[in-house]
Amino acid sequence: MDDLDGNAMGGLMQEIFGVEMTTAIETCAHCGNAAVVAETAVYLRGPGAVMRCPTCTNILMVVVRRQDMHCVDMQGIASLSPAGQTA
Amino acid sequence: MAGTAVRGRLTWQVSAVTALIDETASVKTIELQAPDWAGHLAGQHLDVRLTAEDGYRAERSYSIASAPGEPVALTVERLEDGEVSPYLTEELRPGDDLEIRGPVGGYFVWDGDDSVTPLMLIAGGSGVVPLRSILRHRSNLRSTVPVRLLYSARSLADVIYRDELDQEGAGVEVIYTLTRQQPQGWTGHRGRVDKSMLSEVAWPPDQQAIAYVCGPTPFVETVASSLVGLGYPAQRVKTERFGGIGGS
Repeated sequence: MDDLDGNAMGGLMQEIFGVEMTTAIETCAHCGNAAVVAETAVYLRGPGAVMRCPTCTNILMVVVRRQDMHCVDMQGIASLSPAGQTA
Repeated sequence: MAGTAVRGRLTWQVSAVTALIDETASVKTIELQAPDWAGHLAGQHLDVRLTAEDGYRAERSYSIASAPGEPVALTVERLEDGEVSPYLTEELRPGDDLEIRGPVGGYFVWDGDDSVTPLMLIAGGSGVVPLRSILRHRSNLRSTVPVRLLYSARSLADVIYRDELDQEGAGVEVIYTLTRQQPQGWTGHRGRVDKSMLSEVAWPPDQQAIAYVCGPTPFVETVASSLVGLGYPAQRVKTERFGGIGGS
C-alpha cells in the first residue's frame, strides 16, 4: 500500500472530533503550511494512523486505537479548524 | 441505534446485502439496504467493518457508488493482498449482513450546484466510483452542467460501469485512455494521463471548471500537478488518493 490522503481518515476523525473534519484546515507546527485535511498524506498500514504535512512531511497527527480508546498525538499541528471556523 | 444518533456522530449500523453485480473480473458492486442510513452526498465515503470470530476487526473506507437518494451501493476492487476486499468480492452473498457507518467526508463532494460549471472528472482505475455517483446525481437532477470524464483503465475489459458510461446523455463526454492493452482498431487515447493529454481533453482553464481527480496516489499527483500547470487554480482541483495499487 502506498500513501493515502486525509479523505481516508474521515471516519476516524469524525469518531474522535464529532464533526466532519476532512474539510478542516490544519496548520503544520513545523513549516507553518496550512492545508485542508483531505490534502494531507495519510498512512494506515502501521498499527496506527499517521497524518503528514503535504509540504514538509512533518508528522501532524498519530492516532492509535485499542479497544474503544483512542490515543491521539497532535504535537505536529499548530492549529486545526473545522470548516467555517477560523483559528 | 436508530433515532438516537447524535448529528455528526458516526454510528455503526447493520445493512443487508441486496445484490452483487460483476463489473469487471476483479470488481463488484455491492448494493445494500441500510434502514438507518441518513442519506449521502455525491462523492462521500462509508466505512466498512468486518469482525472475525475471534473478535479481530478490520475497517476500510470505500467511496459510495450510488447517487444521493438511491440505496447505498459500494463498488469494490479485489486487491490480491487485501484483508477486506477479497471477502467483499468473493465471500459476500445477497442476504448477508454488512456493518457500515457513514456517510463520511465533505471535501470530495459535488452538491449539484448548477452555477458551478463545468465539471472535469478524471479517474484512474476504480477511482471512477465516486465520479459515477456524481454523474448519476447530475442525471437524477436533470442538471445541464457540462461534464467531461477522462477515465484511465488498463484495458477496455477493466472499464467499470462501461455500459452506463456509454449511455450517458447530452452534456456528458466520456473519454477513455487505455494504458496497457487496446482493442484492434482503437482510435481513442492510449497511455497514461499526462499534461499533453490533459491540454487536449480537459476544459480550458478560462472555463472556470472544477476538477475531481480520483485514483492511485501517483496518478492523482501527476494529474493534479498537470492541471495546475495548465492554469487550473489549485483550489479548483479536488483530489482523492487511494494508494499505489489498483489499475489505471
